[in-house]
Amino acid sequence: MTNLEDLEKKINSELTTKIKKTEIKHKQIYLDTDKDDFIDVALFLKINDKIKFRQLIDITVVDYPERNQRFDVVYLFLSHEYNQRLILKYSISENEVVPTLTNIFPSANWMEREVFDMYGVSFKDHPDLRRILTDYGFEGHPLRKDFPLTGHSEVRYSEDEKKVISEPVKLEQNYRNFDYESPWEGTKYIKDEIGNNDKKN
Amino acid sequence: MRSVIMTKKIKNLNLNFGPQHPAAHGVLRLILELDGEIVEKADPHIGLLHRGTEKLIENKTYMQAVPYFDRLDYVAPMNQEHAFALAIEKILKIDVPTRAKYIRVIFCEIGRILSHILNVTTQALDVGALTPSLWGFEERETLMTFYERASGSRLHANYFRAGGVHQDLPQGLEEDIEKFCETFPKIINDLESLLTDNRIFKQRNVDIGVVTKEDALDYSFSGVMIRGSGIPWDLRKSQPYDCYDSLEFKIPVGKNGDCYDRYLCRIEEMKESVSIIKQCLSKMEKGPIKSLDGKISPPPKAEIKQSMEALIHHFKLFTEGYRVPKDEIYTAVEAPKGEFGVYLISDGSSKPYKCKIRAPGFSHLQSMDYLIKGHMLADVPAVLGSLDIVFGEVDR
Repeated sequence: MTNLEDLEKKINSELTTKIKKTEIKHKQIYLDTDKDDFIDVALFLKINDKIKFRQLIDITVVDYPERNQRFDVVYLFLSHEYNQRLILKYSISENEVVPTLTNIFPSANWMEREVFDMYGVSFKDHPDLRRILTDYGFEGHPLRKDFPLTGHSEVRYSEDEKKVISEPVKLEQNYRNFDYESPWEGTKYIKDEIGNNDKKN
Repeated sequence: MRSVIMTKKIKNLNLNFGPQHPAAHGVLRLILELDGEIVEKADPHIGLLHRGTEKLIENKTYMQAVPYFDRLDYVAPMNQEHAFALAIEKILKIDVPTRAKYIRVIFCEIGRILSHILNVTTQALDVGALTPSLWGFEERETLMTFYERASGSRLHANYFRAGGVHQDLPQGLEEDIEKFCETFPKIINDLESLLTDNRIFKQRNVDIGVVTKEDALDYSFSGVMIRGSGIPWDLRKSQPYDCYDSLEFKIPVGKNGDCYDRYLCRIEEMKESVSIIKQCLSKMEKGPIKSLDGKISPPPKAEIKQSMEALIHHFKLFTEGYRVPKDEIYTAVEAPKGEFGVYLISDGSSKPYKCKIRAPGFSHLQSMDYLIKGHMLADVPAVLGSLDIVFGEVDR
């Protein structure tokens, strides 16, 4: 379907309760679903003749540490036939295992490995769930918000041991994060105050 | 006499290809399982160039994040910046002046030529032809001089901004690019005369690494990899951005989906790029090159000395940076290697909450096992070359 509104209607009428929310913005369609319904939804999107989201563009996770359901798992799809893009999402909590998409989209293999590497989200029945981008023997999940920018360990070549060794990060100067946000509108404590006093400015 | 049947068990050989190998196009470690000379399995190990770009971007303001995009696919830096700039522009809903659009398209096409020259000539080098790379690299040098004259640096340009480009083209650059467009097609013909009908080049590339249409879709291929298999798909045509919808150009499509077709596609795309650059140069008029909104693009230096408002804007932009309202968006551009996308989540502050980079090379390299299975060991560099892998973007 080349029209986004029609597409939204079609998806809503076919999948009914499996879709929690749909939204159209930036000429793309955004769907919210549930972890348990996700595989059904993905399969439907791929094989339905009127929709045909045939290509999986990417998989990623967004981390919101302050939320109960910490991670949003995001899937980006593309339909060549109808020239549409779709963004499918569901939320999970930290230790939940999510279903793999590799049986439906073979290209999900590395994408899921990357998500596992970067966020520590595990995929059930994934054929080869190893780390992919980080070093052999790396610990932690770098893209989580609570992982420090400077990391935990650094490697160097040790002249004494004649090999590359890993040791805790030692910085001459700590990473400096300046608070540049405008004290009139940006900083949190001011924002709260403004909220309390209501339209003071 | 009894006949004795001798059975000898032959174990498959595991071979480490890279990470230091001239044909690995960077730091790829490929573990190949060989049965004689036939490759049974390929397991690419990537991440040797991982720099945590996405994490770094989350800790920088939007303007500070731009240079990280140069360092992804460092062969065609500005194409990456383009995706990021477009993503921010769409969220901020700002208009880009026409001249800036043309400048950006010119430099994206220059990037495409840069990348394709590198790919075509190094692929030729991998299969045994030395001369094309010597001829091609001279042209790349010319093109990188254009980069330098516009942005100040040959590779890591940091030139595109949300709302336009950093500065206007210096005097004389347009004429020089035009001159280049006149002479360059001859260089492409020279390259073609060395390769297209070359018996050795064809023997090494025809029917090697064949991708069917279905598999091209299944493996999330894009760019030349999908067009080489006969799917006419180019984001510049199907989802035009900037001024691509006002330009005329053709999309070369392959037939057989092998390495040779992909080579032909790249050669044709370079010719189309030259024509696009010419059209842009003829349509381009004088005018502003970045958004005039002082909240987003910095004011001219002279104005800062005169106007208080300009001074404040300048100060705010280079300390706090501009704020981007809460939103989420996926924007893709047709980079030389395929669909390069940015999935950006903003939270209303001046730093991106999340910025996922979708690199085309990542999905292309993933299919290495599928592409190389059953081929000879000597075909590995040929297939790898035609995938057009640059590790800056695969490892991020």
